[in-house]
Amino acid sequence: MTSALQRFLPLIVTTAVLVVGFLMCAAQFPNFASWRVVGNLLTDNAFLGITAIGMTFVILSGGIDLSVGAVIGFTTVLLAVLIEHGGWHPLAAFAVALIAAGGFGAAMGGVIHVFQMPPFIVTLAGMFIARGLGFVLTTDSVPINHPLYGELNDIALRFGAGGKLSLPAMLMLGVVVAAVVLAHWTRFGANLYALGGNRQSAELMGVPVGRTTVAVYALSGLLAGLAGIVFSLYTGAGYSLAATGVELDTITAVVIGGTQLTGGYGYVVGTFVGVLIQGLIQTYITFDGTLSSWWTKIAIGVLLFVFILLQKGLLTVWAGRGGEPAEA
Amino acid sequence: MSRKWVISAATAAAALFIGLGAVQAADAKKLVVGFSQIGSESGWRAAETKTAKTEAEKRGIDLKISDAQQKQENQIKAVRSFVAQGVDAIFIAPVVATGWDSVLKEAKEAKIPVMLLDRQIETKDQSLYMTAVTSDTVHEGRVAGEWLAKQTGGKCAVVELQGTVGSSPAINRKKGFDEVVAKNPGMKIIRTQSGDFTRAKGKEVMESFIKAENGGKGICAVYAHNDDMAVGAIQAIKEAGLKPGKDILVVSIDGVPDIFKAMSEGEANATVELTPNMAGPAFDALVAYKKDGKMPPKWIQTESKLFTPDTAKAEYERRKDAY
Repeated sequence: MTSALQRFLPLIVTTAVLVVGFLMCAAQFPNFASWRVVGNLLTDNAFLGITAIGMTFVILSGGIDLSVGAVIGFTTVLLAVLIEHGGWHPLAAFAVALIAAGGFGAAMGGVIHVFQMPPFIVTLAGMFIARGLGFVLTTDSVPINHPLYGELNDIALRFGAGGKLSLPAMLMLGVVVAAVVLAHWTRFGANLYALGGNRQSAELMGVPVGRTTVAVYALSGLLAGLAGIVFSLYTGAGYSLAATGVELDTITAVVIGGTQLTGGYGYVVGTFVGVLIQGLIQTYITFDGTLSSWWTKIAIGVLLFVFILLQKGLLTVWAGRGGEPAEA
Repeated sequence: MSRKWVISAATAAAALFIGLGAVQAADAKKLVVGFSQIGSESGWRAAETKTAKTEAEKRGIDLKISDAQQKQENQIKAVRSFVAQGVDAIFIAPVVATGWDSVLKEAKEAKIPVMLLDRQIETKDQSLYMTAVTSDTVHEGRVAGEWLAKQTGGKCAVVELQGTVGSSPAINRKKGFDEVVAKNPGMKIIRTQSGDFTRAKGKEVMESFIKAENGGKGICAVYAHNDDMAVGAIQAIKEAGLKPGKDILVVSIDGVPDIFKAMSEGEANATVELTPNMAGPAFDALVAYKKDGKMPPKWIQTESKLFTPDTAKAEYERRKDAY
């Protein structure tokens, strides 16, 4: 009983913060507790959520991926150029973008494994390369006018009064469900936790370290590519400066969601909640309308700090009892 | 121990939200307008925000401002939140021209009028916004050119400091000025180069102009696409041992406080104001629309007023706090 509580404690705290936060906002603004706000939270944060799921896997494996924001930016530009200048059908462009983004991630994973390089440096280089490539394609913001974009944007499940589950929101929820299955009920997921927990013992246990490393960065790249597609739907344009700094927002969401930055411990669902908390704070600030939007950053910074302290505290407790944090 | 952590984490989070919530929203009867601002990257932009606040206060309108920190995704989120709040109107100063269709469609479905401030957007469906309040940047260039033509009797060798290459204000301010030059055979642009809208670059380019034109003897006037470059050029003229405003006339666009200071000291001759009061006309249009359904024109052009040294001192005093 106690150990189950311990294991889920970060997740419980994160969820409690989200629920309490939402209730407080609802108490202050009558329009807040509406399906529309819930729908907006999911739609507006879809690209962030999808990227953060990929980041969760990378961090669980003990790595980090700083290139995701740049890959989103590059994907939007690639799509815009292929569709508008190249006359491609969007679906073909989507396929190419996903392959390019996944391949880019796999290449970074390969470099990390083969040359035993720190992921921080390799993905930092990846970030510069992807951002630079976007600018080489075009420095303008290119609007995407293909009719399919309008149709995709009109797809939505309506619920309640003004509530809307848009295509990006559905995609994000789908990714979350698939990620939970992948993390907790597959061999790949088990390998991931083992790798992040302790690399040496994972190797001794026969975990295919190289394959897992390449796969996890490929997955992160692929999801960043998907997030890029969602982002291009969201803004209907490709812009090389899109999604700057998103890598840091996603790392924040992962940590607030209770995943340890050192790897081996955490939950995909927690990341999803972490993304929603960030969105909630931003929505609150807009609803208020008198606060500087930079308060969003301050609030998220404070939350992040509190959660890191919480993790540290839990680790100390575990270490004191001589037990290891249980694997999920 | 672990319970203590839960409590402290929850308390910290709670304290945060309560602290943020201290400022409450105003009463419901007032008109509520949501304004998605680009950011606060320049003095002019900050002045625009500040003016919007005072103009809203004057009319008893509750203005909610969201600073997008230069990011379109933040602007889209803000617009969605405004729709969810059910505001009476949404103002947007769009950071880029593209990508607004889907979110504006949501505003339209919710029957919330949208007004664009200071920049236009690219869209096929013009019904997505009610009106755009912007200046006519071609006209600004024309006003500057006409003043110079009148001042010099249509005889003047001009050097031009252009804005950022390819930016629409730079293209349009050049176009308007060129129209006037074409009409006056005695007027000629002898040198033109980009000063990137910055003070440092304006000074540097002006220095090279002066060197190239025989120590500045051949130059009658400098036309700068913004005031900052003009202030840089004034420096360069002074350092070359000439008198700005007399030996070389200085005319520019924007109307920031520093250029009024320069004018009051006799170092600049004219500026065409790009008013930071974009929200005022939009509020007026909104109030008229809410009162008796009067649709405003699709484009509300702000005045491009020319200022000269006679009023510079007073204008400087009036402005220095707004910026």
